[in-house]
Amino acid sequence: MKMLEIKNLHATIDGKEILKGIDLTVNAGEVHAIMGPNGAGKSTLSNVLAGRDGYEITQGEILYKGENLIDLEPEERAQRGVFLAFQYPVEIPGVSNIYLLKAALNAVRKYQGLDELDAIDFLTLVRSKMELVKMDEQFLHRSVNEGFSGGEKKRNEILQMALLEPALAILDETDSGLDIDALRIVSEGVNALRDTDRSMIMITHYQRLLDYIVPDYVHVLSNGRIVKSGDKDLAKELERSGYSWIHDAPEGVGA
Amino acid sequence: MTDQTQQLETLTRKEYSAGFVTDIESDSLPPGLNEDVIREISRIKNEPEFLLEWRLKAYRHWLTMDTPIWAHVQYPEVDFQAISYYSAPKKKTDGPKSLDEVDPELLRTYEKLGVPLDERARLAGVAVDAVFDSVSVANTFQDKLAEQGIIFMPLSKAVQEYPELIKQYLGSVVPYQDNYYAALNSAVFSDGSFVYIPKGVRCPMELSTYFRINAANTGQFERTLIIADDDAYVSYLEGCTAPMRDENQLHAAVVELVAMNRAEIKYSTVQNWYPGDENGKGGIYNFVTKRAACRGESSKVSWTQVETGSAITWKYPSVVLQGDNSVGEFYSVAVTNNMQQADTGTKMIHLGKNTSSTIISKGISAGRSQNAYRGLVRMGPNAENARNYTECDSLLMGDRCAAHTFPYIEVKNPTAKVEHEASTSKISEDQLFYCKQRGLDTEDAVSMIVNGFCKQVIRELPMEFAVEAQNLLGLSLEGSVG
Repeated sequence: MKMLEIKNLHATIDGKEILKGIDLTVNAGEVHAIMGPNGAGKSTLSNVLAGRDGYEITQGEILYKGENLIDLEPEERAQRGVFLAFQYPVEIPGVSNIYLLKAALNAVRKYQGLDELDAIDFLTLVRSKMELVKMDEQFLHRSVNEGFSGGEKKRNEILQMALLEPALAILDETDSGLDIDALRIVSEGVNALRDTDRSMIMITHYQRLLDYIVPDYVHVLSNGRIVKSGDKDLAKELERSGYSWIHDAPEGVGA
Repeated sequence: MTDQTQQLETLTRKEYSAGFVTDIESDSLPPGLNEDVIREISRIKNEPEFLLEWRLKAYRHWLTMDTPIWAHVQYPEVDFQAISYYSAPKKKTDGPKSLDEVDPELLRTYEKLGVPLDERARLAGVAVDAVFDSVSVANTFQDKLAEQGIIFMPLSKAVQEYPELIKQYLGSVVPYQDNYYAALNSAVFSDGSFVYIPKGVRCPMELSTYFRINAANTGQFERTLIIADDDAYVSYLEGCTAPMRDENQLHAAVVELVAMNRAEIKYSTVQNWYPGDENGKGGIYNFVTKRAACRGESSKVSWTQVETGSAITWKYPSVVLQGDNSVGEFYSVAVTNNMQQADTGTKMIHLGKNTSSTIISKGISAGRSQNAYRGLVRMGPNAENARNYTECDSLLMGDRCAAHTFPYIEVKNPTAKVEHEASTSKISEDQLFYCKQRGLDTEDAVSMIVNGFCKQVIRELPMEFAVEAQNLLGLSLEGSVG
């Protein structure tokens, strides 16, 4: 089943074109890595997929499970199972983590026509998910991301993902700011969530993450286009030769 | 303006749900103010001579005063001759003896507003005194409270039954000379609540007053007096609403609290007076003087307020810390939207030794509103080792509103310690997008972020009130972040 189809996607911010014709198909159960140098458009792609304000889509389409995503609000996408793990998770002072988790889960459940979980069932569920990312229960009662270390913030993102069980997860630079131990914990969490019904797109600058979460496909994004696609060996090649060679690649070479 | 800002703008434009008018006959005095009107109010209430004299002194003093102009608010001059100073629902008898005798139309009004007046009150454990326009219409649980010697009744009734207490305490915290609106209130106040908690008694339930302005062109000038004798405790709740009317209505109340040795008074307000429409038409002018005296040693008074209504708010619940080791607290959330203006804060006057005070103020401005915090912390010469901590945070929603902070600090004792922290922030697009990406719609996201911002204050409210306050915050902020 096709989970996501991006066709000839062009997007601008403040009139400047950042995405210049992206084509990408992700099937159910696949893990794709999107790599590329700074400024290639990686974060723009994840923001556009999640529906962030401020980007204008000038051409092309994004189909999620066959449905056009572009006209949907961010929350409508989220409720349908599109999840973005943020590169910089946002702090919300005074709002406890457990409150946000519960509100998010209930918003998704409501869309699915399910009843809200009561406090006891919810807590049981959250505890089981917290084991995945080795989080202590005290995290539930702290304000969302406030005073969290880099590693804690990223683990919190994966906890949210584990709880919401999205069909399509976009992991934006999940490895940034993580030491080796934290990287391992986060990766193990993500790997545990790999499933034949779930697709993932990992956006990363470095190959390092792909040692822990091994992708099915690797794409190189440069100057707003996918200039090369391959399997996990492509990432190794990039590590050896860096990104400089792709600037020499002829226009229009893509997946 | 970005889409998100626009969404927030729409979101903050919600209708005022308490804005209906109750169709009930009322007896009102014709508009206008002079000594005859004051004599008439006093006569209707069958007041003792001393009270009439006090009213007249207040009135004569008021005539010599000028409208205060220092507050950061702007409004056309109030025409005090156009206001009716007394309005009461028409009664068939001399006043309700029990709930059965209260006009069912009135009861329905309070039911609509969610005030538990009848059996529901017992379940909720809240004793309610409801003030409709100028008079108290129902007062639940008086008998039960009386068993413990607690007096909880309309002020007009207390004047008849406990004139000596009234004579002793009325105006003892807020004298009629205090300020322009306090003088006016002292001259024309019509009713309000009176509470006396005897020595050593812990009031077993929350006491509550619900204020409702219904009639057009009336002012509401209620007066509340609460006395907690040695070692007593009471928690008191106050709620307010008014119908939507195009003209402005004046609410000039006075609240006086007296805490004796080791007594504690907790006073919570959820104020949702009609704020006017989005163009600033109509709404309540809320010019209120609230002050507590911590007379006894180790006494404590906490003010907690959630202010979302009124066209103009001018209000500084204060604590005079006379007794050694006494404690004053002020927790406030003030929300302004559309054309609302608020100039609110507190005064902590430290006179006794080792007195301490805490001020937590959260201002939220949206639309084209103006929200000012004004606070005075004064450490008197005898206030050895007195301490104050002030935290003053402002949250801006949108780019056409404003937040102001005016702290005044006076320290006359070298051992006193004063801390002041202030911050101003905006609800960021990042926060909103983050919440929306987790499935929350804009309204829920804003409400969640705002409630998080106000958490330190909300958690000071009694449980039932906290829920009401949280809902109100969401409602009041339909449409203004950026």
